[in-house]
Amino acid sequence: MDLRYTDEEIAFREEVRAFFRDKLPADIREKMVDAEHVGKDDFVRWTRVLNEKGWAVPHWPVEHGGTGWGPMKQYIYLEELQKFPAPQPLAFGVNMVGPVIYTFGNDDQKDRFLPRIANLDDWWCQGFSEPGSGSDLASLKTRAVREADHYIVNGQKTWTTLAQYADWIFCLVRTDPAAKKQQGISFLLIDMTSPGIEVRPIVTIDGGREINEVFLTDVRVPVENLVGEENKGWDYAKFLLGNERTNIARIGVSKQRVARIRELAAKEMSSGRPLIEDERFREKLASIEIDLKALEMTQLRVIAADAKRGDTGRPDPASSILKIKGSEIQQATTHLLMEVMGPYAAPYLPEGDDRWNEPSNVPDYARFAAPSYFNNRKVSIYGGSNEIQKNIIAKAVLGL
Amino acid sequence: MDFDLSEEQSILKDALDRLLADKYGFEERNRILKSDAGWSAAIWRHYAEMGLMALPFAEEDGGIGGGAVESMIVMESLGRVLALEPYFATVILGGGFLRLGGSTEQRAEWVPQIAEGALKLAFAHTERDARFDLNHVETTARKDGGSYVLSGAKSVVLHGDCADRLVVTARTAGGPREEGGVGVFLVDANADGVSRRGYATQDGLRAAEITLDAVEVPAETVFGDPENGLPLVRHVVDQAIAALCAEAVGVMSAMHALTVDYMKVRKQFGVPIGSFQALQHKAVDMFVALEQARSMTMFATMMADETDAAERARAMHAAKAEIGRGGRLTGENAVQIHGGVGMTMEYAVGHYFKRMTMIDVAFGNSDHHLRQLARAGGLFADTAA
Ligand SMILES: Cc1cc2nc3c(=O)[nH]c(=O)nc-3n(C[C@H](O)[C@H](O)[C@H](O)COP(=O)(O)OP(=O)(O)OC[C@H]3O[C@@H](n4cnc5c(N)ncnc54)[C@H](O)[C@@H]3O)c2cc1C
Repeated sequence: MDLRYTDEEIAFREEVRAFFRDKLPADIREKMVDAEHVGKDDFVRWTRVLNEKGWAVPHWPVEHGGTGWGPMKQYIYLEELQKFPAPQPLAFGVNMVGPVIYTFGNDDQKDRFLPRIANLDDWWCQGFSEPGSGSDLASLKTRAVREADHYIVNGQKTWTTLAQYADWIFCLVRTDPAAKKQQGISFLLIDMTSPGIEVRPIVTIDGGREINEVFLTDVRVPVENLVGEENKGWDYAKFLLGNERTNIARIGVSKQRVARIRELAAKEMSSGRPLIEDERFREKLASIEIDLKALEMTQLRVIAADAKRGDTGRPDPASSILKIKGSEIQQATTHLLMEVMGPYAAPYLPEGDDRWNEPSNVPDYARFAAPSYFNNRKVSIYGGSNEIQKNIIAKAVLGL
Repeated sequence: MDFDLSEEQSILKDALDRLLADKYGFEERNRILKSDAGWSAAIWRHYAEMGLMALPFAEEDGGIGGGAVESMIVMESLGRVLALEPYFATVILGGGFLRLGGSTEQRAEWVPQIAEGALKLAFAHTERDARFDLNHVETTARKDGGSYVLSGAKSVVLHGDCADRLVVTARTAGGPREEGGVGVFLVDANADGVSRRGYATQDGLRAAEITLDAVEVPAETVFGDPENGLPLVRHVVDQAIAALCAEAVGVMSAMHALTVDYMKVRKQFGVPIGSFQALQHKAVDMFVALEQARSMTMFATMMADETDAAERARAMHAAKAEIGRGGRLTGENAVQIHGGVGMTMEYAVGHYFKRMTMIDVAFGNSDHHLRQLARAGGLFADTAA
C-alpha cells in the first residue's frame, strides 16, 4: 500500500492546473465560484477550448477522441476542473449518451454524433423521467410505435435538465407494451426540432430555469435513430446510470466550496471577530472536511480497484456509497456557506438585477448562498434518490 | 398547568383560520407574491377588521388586551398559510416597542393607528458587521438641541420598504459593541435623509436596505432611555422570537401535513410511497420535530413576559435553537420525500421549506442561540427541575 501520488501524477496535476489558469475565461470562472448560472454560451466557449486541446472527452476510447489516460489521471483532471472551478463538459453528452453511442450504437451513429458531442455542436438532454415514473423508471409510458421507417412517439418527459438549450434528446420509450416492464423499452435519439415537441419550463425553488417538461405528440423519429436493438433500451440505460461512478461524488466541487467557505468566513464578522475565528463554526467546517477526506479516500480506492481490474467485473462495494456521501457533503457545504452569510442570506435578487449594490450594505456574494442551498436539495433526489441508493446497497451489497 | 385554549382564544383561532382558508389558497398567495407590493392590502384590512392589529395592545391604549398566547395563535395560523403581510413587523416588532417602551403619549398617538391598519412599522436594526449581535450598533444619534440627528445604514429590514415609520436603533454614546449608549427612535420613513431600497427575500417576504443620512428626529420620538435602550430591544426581540417560533410551528405543521398526504397519493413501484418504511420513519422524525417545536414554542410563549431578562433570554435561546434544527430537518425531509415535485416553485412544499430556512436566519440562527444558551449556563443549571 502506498497512498501517495506518483511524481508523474503530481506533474500531470500541475500541467492541468496551468492549462486552466491560462485558458479558462475569467468571466466564466467568476460565475463558477459562487454557483451562479453558467449559460449555454459559456459552456460552448469552454468546451471548444477543451476540445481543441483534446481534453473534452478524456474518458472516451482514443479512436473517438479520448486521451487514453488511466482512471487516476482522469480523476485528477476532473478534480482539478471542479476545484478550479471550471465548468464540466455537458454530462448529458459526454458522460451519458456519448458512451452509450460508442458502446451500443452503429458506425453511422458514431460518425454522426460523437464528434459533435465532443465539440458541443449538439446540446443533448436526458429524457428518462416522466410524471408517473421517477424512482420506478421502468414503469415509463411514453410510447413509440413503428410505422414503416419511422417511430411515432407520444408521451411526456419531465424534469428534463436544460432542455431549453437542447438540439437532441435521448429518450427511453416503450416499444413493447405487452412485455415485462423492463423488457419493452427502447433507446431513441430524437431531434428537438422535430414537429410535435413542446418544451415547457419548470422554475425550481431557487428561482432557477434549469428543468423542463417535454411533451411529445406524434413525433416522427427515423428508425436509424434507434440505438442498439429494439426493446433492449433498459440495458443501455442501466449502463448509462452505472457509468457515473467517478463523477458522482463531486469531490472537487466540495473542495472548492470548502475553500470558499473559509475565504468568506474570514470576511464576515461575528461578535466583533471574523466568523472563521469562531470555535463552533470551525468545528462544523472541520467536521465536513473529515467527511470529505474520507470520501476522497473511498473514491480513490474505487478508482484504484477499477484500474487494476480493467472495466470488467463487479464494481467495488465501496462505490455504492459515493452517491450518498457525495450528495450529503454537497448539501452540508451549501448549507454552511449560507450560514456564513447570517442574516444577509435573506435578500433575493434575480440574476441580472444590477441594482443590487445601490444602496446596499449586503455583500454581493451573499445573493447566491441561499439559492445554492435550496438548489442542492436536488442532488439527493436525482440520479437515483438516496433512498433508492440505500435500497440497492442493502440488497446488492449486504444481501438483505 | 393548562394547555388548552380558552373559549375566546378558540374563537379567535377559528375565525382567523376561516379567513385564511378563504383568502390564502396557494394560487392566491402566488398572485399576491408577484404583485408589486408583495402583500395584500385587502387582506390587511380584513386583519384589522378582525381585530388582529389591536390584539396585543392594552385596552386603555385602544387595543384588545391579548397576550403572548394570542400572538402565538395568530402567528401559527399565519405561518400555516405563509401569509405575506407585514403583521410581524408592525404588530409584534414595531408594536412591541410601543407596548414595552412607549410613553403614554406615544401609545395614545400610535396604537389606535396600528389597530385600524393605518400604520405600518418596521424594525431597522441590523447592520453590516452585526450578524446576530443585538448590541452591535454603529449608526449614530447626535443630540442637537431638541432633536437627534441619525446617520448610518441598516440592512435586511423586514418590510422596511412599505413601513410608514421605522423603529431605528442608534448610538447616543459608546463604541459599536457597547451594551450602553443605544437609543431607540421612531422615525418617519419618508423623512429627509432616509433612503430605502426594497427587495424580495428568499421566502417571498419583503425587506429593505436603509440609509440614514443626517436624519433629524425630535426628542419625543425616543422610546425610553436614549442612553440605555438595549434592554428594551432585547425584550422586544425575545417576544418576537416567541412569535417567530409560533409561525415556524405553523410552517412545520403545514409541511408535515402536505408530506404525509403526498405519501398516500404518490405511487411508485405500484404502491403508495407511504408504504416504504424508509419514508415512514422520515415522516415520523418530522412529526417528532414538529411536536417538540410546538412544546418549545409554548415554553417560549409562557416566558415572553418574564421580567427576569436573563431567564427570559435563556428560554428564547432554547426555543429558537430547537426551532432551527427541527425546522431544517422537517424542511429538508419534506422536499426529499416529494422528490422532483419538491424542487419546484409550482408546488407549495418548497415555499414552506424556504420560509422555514429564513426563519432560522432571522434574529439568530440555531447555532447562535445554542452558543448563547451554553454561555448562559444552559437551561437547567440553577434549578432542580
Ligand atoms: C433538478 C432535477 C433535475 C433532473 N434532471 C433530470 C433529467 O435531466 N432527465 C431525467 O430524465 N430526469 C431528471 N430528473 C428526475 C430525477 O431523476 C427524479 O426526480 C428521480 O428519479 C426521483 O423521481 P421522482 O421525482 O418522481 O420522485 P419519486 O420517485 O416519486 O420519489 C419520491 C420519494 O419517494 C422515495 N422513494 C421512491 N421509491 C422508494 C423506495 N422503493 N423505497 C424508499 N423510498 C422510495 C424517493 O426517494 C423520494 O424521496 C431531475 C430531477 C431534479 C430534481
